[in-house]
Amino acid sequence: MSLDSHDATADGSGELLPGGSRRVAGASSGGGLRQSNGLKHLLLVVLAWIGIILLVKLLETDYPFRVTQLATMAYYLPAIAGLTVLTGINGQISLGHGALMAVGAYTTSVLLDRQELPFIVVVLLSVLTASLVGLLVGIAAARLHGPYLAGATLALAVGVPGIAIYYRELFGGDQGLRVSPPSSPAWFESLTGDLGRGYITVLGWALALSVLFFLSNLVNSRYGRQWRAVRDDEVAASLLGINLGRSRVLAFVVSAGCAGVGGTLLAVVTRLTAPLSFTIVLSLFLLTAIVLGGLGSLLGAVLGAALLTFLPTFLSNQALSAGLDNSQAANLAPLVFGLVLVAVMLVAPRGLVGTTRTAYYTRKAHKRQAAQAKHAGRA
Amino acid sequence: MQQFLNVSFTGFTLGAIYAAFALCLVLIFRATRIINFAQGAQAAFTTYLAFEMIDRGLSYWLAVPLAIVAGFVLGGLIERVIIRRVEKGPEINAVIVTLGLFVAIEALIGILFSQNQQGFPAPFGLQGFTIGDTVIALTGNDRFRIVAVAVAAIMLLALFRFTHVGLRMRAAAFGQEVAQLLGIRVGRMLTLGWALAGAFGALAGILIAGGGFISPSYMQGVVIFAFVAAVLGGLDSFTGAVVGGLVLGLTQSYVQSYIDVNLVNIAALALLLGVLVIRPGGLFSASVARKV
Repeated sequence: MSLDSHDATADGSGELLPGGSRRVAGASSGGGLRQSNGLKHLLLVVLAWIGIILLVKLLETDYPFRVTQLATMAYYLPAIAGLTVLTGINGQISLGHGALMAVGAYTTSVLLDRQELPFIVVVLLSVLTASLVGLLVGIAAARLHGPYLAGATLALAVGVPGIAIYYRELFGGDQGLRVSPPSSPAWFESLTGDLGRGYITVLGWALALSVLFFLSNLVNSRYGRQWRAVRDDEVAASLLGINLGRSRVLAFVVSAGCAGVGGTLLAVVTRLTAPLSFTIVLSLFLLTAIVLGGLGSLLGAVLGAALLTFLPTFLSNQALSAGLDNSQAANLAPLVFGLVLVAVMLVAPRGLVGTTRTAYYTRKAHKRQAAQAKHAGRA
Repeated sequence: MQQFLNVSFTGFTLGAIYAAFALCLVLIFRATRIINFAQGAQAAFTTYLAFEMIDRGLSYWLAVPLAIVAGFVLGGLIERVIIRRVEKGPEINAVIVTLGLFVAIEALIGILFSQNQQGFPAPFGLQGFTIGDTVIALTGNDRFRIVAVAVAAIMLLALFRFTHVGLRMRAAAFGQEVAQLLGIRVGRMLTLGWALAGAFGALAGILIAGGGFISPSYMQGVVIFAFVAAVLGGLDSFTGAVVGGLVLGLTQSYVQSYIDVNLVNIAALALLLGVLVIRPGGLFSASVARKV
């Protein structure tokens, strides 16, 4: 039997457990060992990036708002991808990823303000800081589960903005810090021509796609398999010699680092880092995105980021043209997100990607069975 | 000394409110093993209902019971229509559903009522009193809050301990299948649990609003810290919820007065992590059986 049919049976048994998000990611990532897809993924990522550059060039003069929206999607994407790995693959919920984004954003803002380090070093340092905070939280989190973990990370989400206000001189208090984004280097401009503010979008996508590439390899590696094992059955995993605590902490650190990249991009895209950008609502929206896309799926993370970026503006435009006032229109997006979140969990807990994939594999399996039956009949 | 006393009273009042909400969360958690993150949003919704009624000329003492009834109905409806379908699934699904409700209800308030802050009437004075030379900053409204929360909590606990319905609810929470075999309508008991929590939350929401301002998100902070308090106490224990609430309220009040107001939230985080690292199940958790 091929690997595909193994996937199909895993999906089939998933059907027996309606609402089983445990199975979701298991099904999406396949059961058995896989050949390395590194080169294929690298090619995909490079192609996607070239696509983004072309898109930015196309939209830059006539639709600057679309280019900004693409940049917004670029800063959501790493955080969402990191969260989906943590929650979907490793089974730990975090309601505090907005706070980890804040750590990355503030590190970037402070370092960029000094204008001493090249941008890439700033990014790496931001990732490092976010990962360190992630390490601290992760060590506590590794001992907690379900609602206890949700509580601890929720406290993180509401606690961190307060620190920024407390250290006023360093972090700018309520007003926040202004950020001067990096300008495009000459060699890059000679390749692409002047992109204007679109450069930040292109830069953002380069980082976001790198994070996706990194994660896609990681979840198919030894570590990814360990994380899934820990999620699915703690006892079996520890009998196989997996250190549960270490595996969980590592997942949290990686996920926090990704959120740090998201924070860095948020800072350079919005050009402002202020406590109000990192409310609990941001953390909840990140969670919404991974659920809608499909827990544990990186493709789902991309879809989730797109929904999070484009749906609110679309909805509030619709609402304004339908005659609602401004504050009502602004509330429409959270209302729809909330209701959709509930509906997805009730009807299709695997999210967009998981549900589609299951339907595809089920159909394929049925077809193969039919073909086999026909074959057997002839023989 | 006087300052210390007043800071303690403020912390105690705050703690009583956290405790009230923590009790709601524990009530629901014991029955269905679900944390209801929407509890605060539900309470905000019923508080807005009360506000609208008072605004249209209804007496405070009539509007509040009506809002509590609304909270009862809302809580029951949410359990029966939505939560019932995710009760059996993985923990994480239920968490996500209640978070979705939390976001949706808050947005709904913004659309139906007003996005702006509005003053909510207080039934009693906002002045402290003096004993000898000492000014005690415990206002009439604070005393009303503490007494109302205490009375409601005692009534709730009495319902659980001394009535037939309470016994059935405890049985349903303790062992669903056994309770079912003994002829208890388990589903109904769960709905009742959510409804009671909704009613109690509605009361607490109105008490918090009294003398202050309300906005669609005014309950966010409260419900988050109530949750922290419940986790501190161990989620499973009513005593734990009350103790957790009071400890958290006092801690926050001391941090606010003696260190800095902006560190209040991070102090809550530090307290929670500190307790959970030592006792991962909270202060009052029963010992957990080993898995292997």
